This record gives sequence, structure tokens and C-alpha cells, in this order.
Amino acid sequence: MSQHLLSWLIWLPILGAVATVVMGSTSPQRARWIALSTALLTFGLSVFLLLNYASDQPALQFDENAPWIVALNLRYHLAADGISLALIALTTFTTVLVLVGAWASVSDRVHQYLASFLLLESFMLGVFCARDALLFYMFFEAMLVPMFIIIGIWGGPRRVYATLKFFLYTFFGSIFMLVGLIYMAVETGNLDLTYLANYPFTEREQFWLFLAFLIAFAVKVPMFPVHTWLPDAHVEAPTGGSVILAAIMLKVGGYGFLRFSLPITPDAAHELAWLVIALSLIAVVYIGLVALVQDDMKKLIAYSSISHMGFVTLGMFVAVLLVRESMISATGSVDGARLALQGSMVQMISHGFVSAALFSCVGVMYERVHSRMIKDYGGLANTMPWFAALMVFLSMANSGLPGTSGFVGEFMVILASFQSHPLIAASAGLTLIIGAAYTLWLVKRVIFGAVVNPPIAKLQDVNARELLVLGGFALASLVVGLWPAPLVSLMDGSVNEVLQQLSRVKI
Amino acid sequence: MNPLSMADLLPLVPEGFLLASLCILLLADLFIPQSERSTTHWLTVAVLAFTAILVWRADADTSLAGSAFSGMFLNDGVATICKLFILLTSALALIYARPYLIARKLFQGEFYTLTGFAVLGMLLLVSAGNMLTAYLGLELLALPLYALVALDRDNGRSAEAAIKYFVLGALASGMLLYGISMIYGASGALDFGSIRAAAVSNSPHPWLYGIGVAFVVIGIAFKFGAAPFHMWLPDVYQGAPTAVTLFIGSAPKIAAFGLAYRLLDGALDPWFRYWQAMLVVLVLLSLTIGNLVAIAQTNFKRMLAYSTISHVGFLLLGFIAHSAEGYAAALFYAISYAVTASAGFGLLMLLSRVGFEAEEIADFRGLNQRNPWYALMMMLVMASFAGVPLLVGFLAKFVVLKAALGVANAELLWLVIVAGVFAVIGAFYYLRVIKVMYFEAPAEAASGPLPLPQDLAFRWVLSGNVLALLGLGIFGGPLISWCVRAIAGG
Repeated sequence: MSQHLLSWLIWLPILGAVATVVMGSTSPQRARWIALSTALLTFGLSVFLLLNYASDQPALQFDENAPWIVALNLRYHLAADGISLALIALTTFTTVLVLVGAWASVSDRVHQYLASFLLLESFMLGVFCARDALLFYMFFEAMLVPMFIIIGIWGGPRRVYATLKFFLYTFFGSIFMLVGLIYMAVETGNLDLTYLANYPFTEREQFWLFLAFLIAFAVKVPMFPVHTWLPDAHVEAPTGGSVILAAIMLKVGGYGFLRFSLPITPDAAHELAWLVIALSLIAVVYIGLVALVQDDMKKLIAYSSISHMGFVTLGMFVAVLLVRESMISATGSVDGARLALQGSMVQMISHGFVSAALFSCVGVMYERVHSRMIKDYGGLANTMPWFAALMVFLSMANSGLPGTSGFVGEFMVILASFQSHPLIAASAGLTLIIGAAYTLWLVKRVIFGAVVNPPIAKLQDVNARELLVLGGFALASLVVGLWPAPLVSLMDGSVNEVLQQLSRVKI
Repeated sequence: MNPLSMADLLPLVPEGFLLASLCILLLADLFIPQSERSTTHWLTVAVLAFTAILVWRADADTSLAGSAFSGMFLNDGVATICKLFILLTSALALIYARPYLIARKLFQGEFYTLTGFAVLGMLLLVSAGNMLTAYLGLELLALPLYALVALDRDNGRSAEAAIKYFVLGALASGMLLYGISMIYGASGALDFGSIRAAAVSNSPHPWLYGIGVAFVVIGIAFKFGAAPFHMWLPDVYQGAPTAVTLFIGSAPKIAAFGLAYRLLDGALDPWFRYWQAMLVVLVLLSLTIGNLVAIAQTNFKRMLAYSTISHVGFLLLGFIAHSAEGYAAALFYAISYAVTASAGFGLLMLLSRVGFEAEEIADFRGLNQRNPWYALMMMLVMASFAGVPLLVGFLAKFVVLKAALGVANAELLWLVIVAGVFAVIGAFYYLRVIKVMYFEAPAEAASGPLPLPQDLAFRWVLSGNVLALLGLGIFGGPLISWCVRAIAGG
């Protein structure tokens, strides 16, 4: 078994999904237990992987490599490094909490709901483990189907529109990536990511490949101006769908940049870094302002997600610039680039916890009041003190308060971008104001003040299960915020590896 | 001409067996009472299965490889793989058709003999080594199909579809024959090998070849249903009884691949510049018309008809590549399309019952609540058509696009991108079916559990068929390798 740990990790949720559908179709309670135990087992396995990972070695570990489609020279190649493992742990952790959160809130076709999440989990884990570009792509695309179903069946009133938009938008983006992959397959005859990272693509090839990847991943992250599917999808998705979407599916886009754009087309990444940085800054500032004027809580958090994901892409491409600058400078130090990349990674993980938690908060409120509108709330602190405390803490994390995970990533990225250009840092720094503004204003209107709406006065505080979900996310955010060292050192070797790949001039 | 010898006859054993069995079935069926009609059904399925075994044996016996009847009949890897899958999908079509035909009082021996002769025509077609064999096989395929479309003779729409099919099909055959005659006039040969060889000996009539190639391509496009020669397809798909639509929509696509492969690669390869340019236009039009018009359809059979047109566009991309890789990709595409289409129409028949013809997309409304298993099956079929990974439709698109991009200096990159964009547009109408099944409540009139046909063979084989799409999508490597080997050896 130890030979095939990653395969187990990926296939376990699929088996669980089958079991949930087959054995849980008559009894929702049985379906819940099967699904939850599968998710717990997968989470346990990912913890086992974390403990057994030798973070002092940058090399890929838990390697599995078998021929898959021989005629096309495709291989079933799985491996994980620190970056993958951090995201794997995020995925399995979030899935457990999502399933717990769905315990009582979903009552229609429960077994299908839970099975969709398990399938989704397995595909997301597949994305983070795949070392063959086409295998990556297959998981990347297959993810869309369960999410399509989740939003479409269990979503809000405009769910059909939202889910079709979500599917077609992402499908459209990834077609260009597919063409890029096919081009590379024709050109190199091998789609192994390590091989592609070493393959000397010409300047022109890199340019177009980079753009193809950019479209796919920019839609997924999402970056301005291809972000418009996200607010719709978030607003209509059921709570669990929103949580997974924000916590993990967006990270797949960031992860894609890290595995494709930076290593395979480093020169084009350098050449076009200005474009990505500009789009990221627009996301950070402009989308932050857009979030300010929303009166739907889910929309507000969705826009805040886009804005925060802007930091992820910003950090990555600032790192690109800094690596290339270090190569011509006298010192040759890549410390700044490392800081930017680490910040970007920490931001991914942190945003996973925080946005997931905030969407769960909205879910908790929606279940009680059946409204997502800010104006229908107010004074929750009076009736739901526990909930209010958690929500306030999570909002602080969202606005980047020191001591929470939100601060660490943003601070590292801003610090590093100073070395690149103070203007970048200054614009990115605006988020501390804008982010705090929309989050705190949200908190003020929802949590504090007097109870004006009669339904609010009758609300029950969170129950143990909801407390577990929100508390779990809050605790994770706090741990990363206070003590980011283990997370950073877990990814350290892999981050250095990416920096190394970036410094490789191919043209 | 050499005198007839056993070396000529042995490679034809599968076809001979099929022909003899069909004649016996034709006679025997007269003495089978209607209540025992299932005997004919199972006998025909058994005959197809045994023919498949014979094909397999003929392939395994290397002494039979090569050609027979002075090159009129080819027995090579491509013929074998095409025949096996033609027999497989035809058997599927028969198994799926039974409950449907019984419910509509169409359960008659004619269906089986006509289908059988069409299969014989297809087997001959994919083995053709000569213009005349190809034409013979094509007509043997087409004539039973015309009759099959009109099987439900009291249905006005069926009769109309049959007439349309017949007139346009005859026109297409005429075009093909005209093209063949031009090529014969220019090269003085009907044998594929000799036609190829004639290109070397500096023909005095290059323009004759040009006209010949043009008409041959038009004939092929008609048979495939590639735009702008697709007009018959939606009407025939809609008008024919679904059991017949299933048959027309599956196995003949593999046969059409065989026809195109034999003619374009086998005979007209020296003039590939001509047909390549024509195919580019056909592909563009097929992708555009097929995908865009499919969006507007509310009738499921018509939608699948337009989707077929767009799939033909993808399939022909493999031919445009003009490489062994491209032909192998097109072969894989044809096979995976035929298997997927079988499952799709099979599911449509599952929904139909006595007095209710499931044809509209709206008939799938709320299927997930009525029968989650078959809703899942339909979702997999639609996802495969749309080219979602993990299903065979994705691998098929991937190999075809890869082959097309492999053309010198990636000069067809633009076409690959266009095809990719149309794959996204195409995904929309497949998703709409999933949407109707999963996101909408069942219609008032049909909200109970789905009444399923009693035929267990039908249900099990259908589910197996759909799961095979998933299996091939994940473990499709050996089949792709087989296609590559077949083309390389042929």
C-alpha cells in the first residue's frame, strides 16, 4: 500500500462516493455516515502523508509512475511536493468540514449531494498530485461536472443560469490550455511536467503557450476581467458548494500557474509579468471597491475572494520579476523572490480557510433567516453571541489583521513587491484599507447594532456542529497566523525548486 | 484474371457465413410464428457474434492477410477492427431495438434481415480494394437502410424520411459513381493500387483527376452527413423509428470511415492536396452548422442529428492531418462515436413505451428523480459527447486534435482552435439535457418512477455500454494502440 499512497488518496473518495450512492439511497443518515467516514479516512491519509514527507528534500515524493496510454506516451504519474501537500491537506480538511456542515442543512437527495462532494474531492486531489500534463487536465476538467450538478440541483433560484455560466466559462478557458497541451505533445512527444519544465521552448512558443495557460488559469482563479462567473456561481451555490469553490477550486488556478506557467514558460512569464501584475492589482483594488457596494453577503465575499486571489497571482509574478532581476544584479540573492512566492502560497492556504469559513457563516445565517441580504440582518451579536464572536474573528482574518493567517500572506507579498517596485507595493497595500473597509462594514451591519428585524430577535445560536465547522476554520486560520513557520518550511524546498526553474533561461 | 482458388475464398469466410446465415434466416423466419419472433432476434444476434469470431480468426491467421480476388477484397488490420466494431454496434442496436419494436408492433423478421444485409454491406465496404467493391458494399448498405427507415410504413413522417433518404442517397451514390468514372477515365484503373500507381506515370489529364476527386469527396461527405451535404440527416434521424435511427447513427459511421479511408488514402493519396482543401471546408461548415443549429433543437433525435454533423467534422479533422496518426485518430473517433451514439439512442428508447414516443428533450425532465441510475447513464453519454475528460469522447477529441496539429509546422493550428471553440459551444446543448434531467422537476403527467422495459438483456447491456464509455475514457490506451497498429499495418 505504501507504494500507492497518492492513488489511495485519490481513489478512496471515489469508492466512498459509490458506496454513498449505492448504500445511502434509502437512508440519508447512512449516506451521511459513509460519506463522513470516507472523508475522515482521506483526511487521515493526508495527515499521514504530511508526517511522512521529508521537507528537507525538494524532490517529489510518494512517486507513482505507470504507463497509461502508450500510444500517446501518457503516463499515470503522481507525485507530491510540499506545495501539493499543503493544498492536499487543505482539500481533505475542508471536505470533512463541508460534509459536517451539510449534516442537517441538506435534506433533498442527500446521497447524491454527498457523493458529488466526494467525487469533487477526489478530482481536486488528482489535480494536486498529477505530474502528467494530460492527467492534470483530465482532473482539472472532470472537477466541473460534480460542481455543475451541485450548483444546479441544490442551488438558489437562478442556479441554472449560474451553473451553466460557470461550466461554459471554465470549459472555454481550458480549451486553450488543451490546445497548448496538444501543441506541446506534438512538439516534445512527452507530457511529463518535469520533462516539459526542462524542454527548451522557443520565445515564440513560450509566448503563445503562456497565453493559453493564462486564459485557463485566469478563468479559474479568477482574475479580472474573466471573473464574472464567480459571483453568480457563489450566490447560487449551496453553502458547501460555495465553500469548496472558494477554498479549493480557485486554488487550482493558482496551482496551475505554479506548475505550468512558471516552470514551462519562464521567459514568457518574465516578459508578460507586467500584464499579470497589472490584472492582479486591478483585482486587488477595483474588485475590492466593487465588494464594498454589495448588499448580498455572498456576493460581497465572492468579490473579496477575487480580490484576495489577486495577491496570489501578484506574489507569483513579483517573484518572477525578482528572480530575473537577481540574475543580473550583483548580489544575486533570491530572498525577495522567495518571500513573494512563499507569501503567495500562504495566502492561498489562508484564503482557503478564511473564505470557506465566511461562506459557512453565511450558510448558518441563511438557514435561519433565508436571506443573504445584509439589510435583513443587524444585531446578531445580541441573539447569537457565539456566532458573532466567530464571525468577527473570521472577518478580522479576512481583512488581514496581524495574528491571523490573512495577515501573513498579504504582508509577505507586499514586502516582497517593494523590492520590485514601490508602486506595486503601494497599490497592493491599498487592500489593507479597502479590505478592512468592506469587511468591517459588513460586520457592523450584520453583527452589531440594535436588532431591527423581528426574525433576528428569535434566532438560536450556533449548535455544536456549526460551532465545530466555524471553529475548525477559525482555529486553522489562527494557527497559520500565529505560527506560519511549519507551513512555510513544509513548502520551502518546493518553493526553492520553483525559483530554480524560474531562473532557467530557455531562449 | 486468375482462376478462383481457395486462397481467394478463405478471407471471405466471415462474409460468406453471414450471407448464408441471412439467407437461411430469411427463409426460416417465414415459418416462425409471431409469438416466437424472439427466435429470429436471438439467432441474428448469434450470427453477428459468430461472424465476429470468424473475423477475429481470419485476422489471427496470417496466411489470410493481404488481398483476395486480385486485390478486390482486402483483409488487413483496418478491415478487422472496423468489422469487429461494426458487428458489435450492430448487435447492440438489435438488442436495444427489441422491446421498442415489440411495443410498436414492428417486431418482424424484415427488421433483422434488412439489418443483416446492411451489416454485410458494411463488412464488404471496409474491405474494399477496388472501386467496384466499394460501390457494391455501399449500395448493399444503403438499400436496406432506405427500407428500414420506412419500417413503420403507416407513419407519414417515416415514409417522408425514407423518400428523402432514398432520393438524396441515390444522388450521393450517383455523384460517387461519377467521380469514380472520371478517375477510371484518367487512370484506366479501378483497383486502388493501380490508381495510385497511375499518378506516378504522369497522367495527361490532371484536371480529370481533380473533377474525380471532387465528386468522390462529395459522395463521401453525403454518406457521412458532413455539411453542406447534411440535409437528409436530421429528417431521417427524426422520422425513422428510434430503433432504426440508432442503427443508422452508429455502425454506418465506422463503415463511412472505412469508405473514406479506402478511397482517400488507398486510392487518391497522390491527390491529397485536392481533397485536403475540400475537407477543410467541410470540417468548418460541419462544425459551425452542426453545433449552432443543434442549440436551437427541442427534439432530442434532431439535436443528436446535428450533433452527429459536428462530430463528423471532428472525425474528418483526422483525415485532414493526412498522416497515419490522423487516420488512426479518425478511426478511434468513429469507433468511440458509434459506441456513444448506441448508448444515447438506447437510453432514448428506454424512455419510450407503448403509446408514448420519447423524442423531445423535455421528455427527460426530472429523470434523476424518476430513475437516478439511468439519469446518471444519460449524463455520462452527454458528457462523452461533449468531450468531458474521463469519458471516451474526450480521448477521441484529443487524438484527433493532436493529429491535426501535427501537420507540418502546425499550419492547421487555427482550425484546431476553431474546433476547440466549437467543442465548448457544443457542450452547451449537451449540458442542457443534463440540466433538464437533473435540475428540473418531472412533468405532471409523468412524475412516478420510470416504467422500465422488462427486457433484462436490454437494460444490462445498455448499462454496460455506458460504463464502457467511462472505461474507455480512462483505460482507452489499448484501443488507441490497436487503431494505430491497424493503420500502420494496412
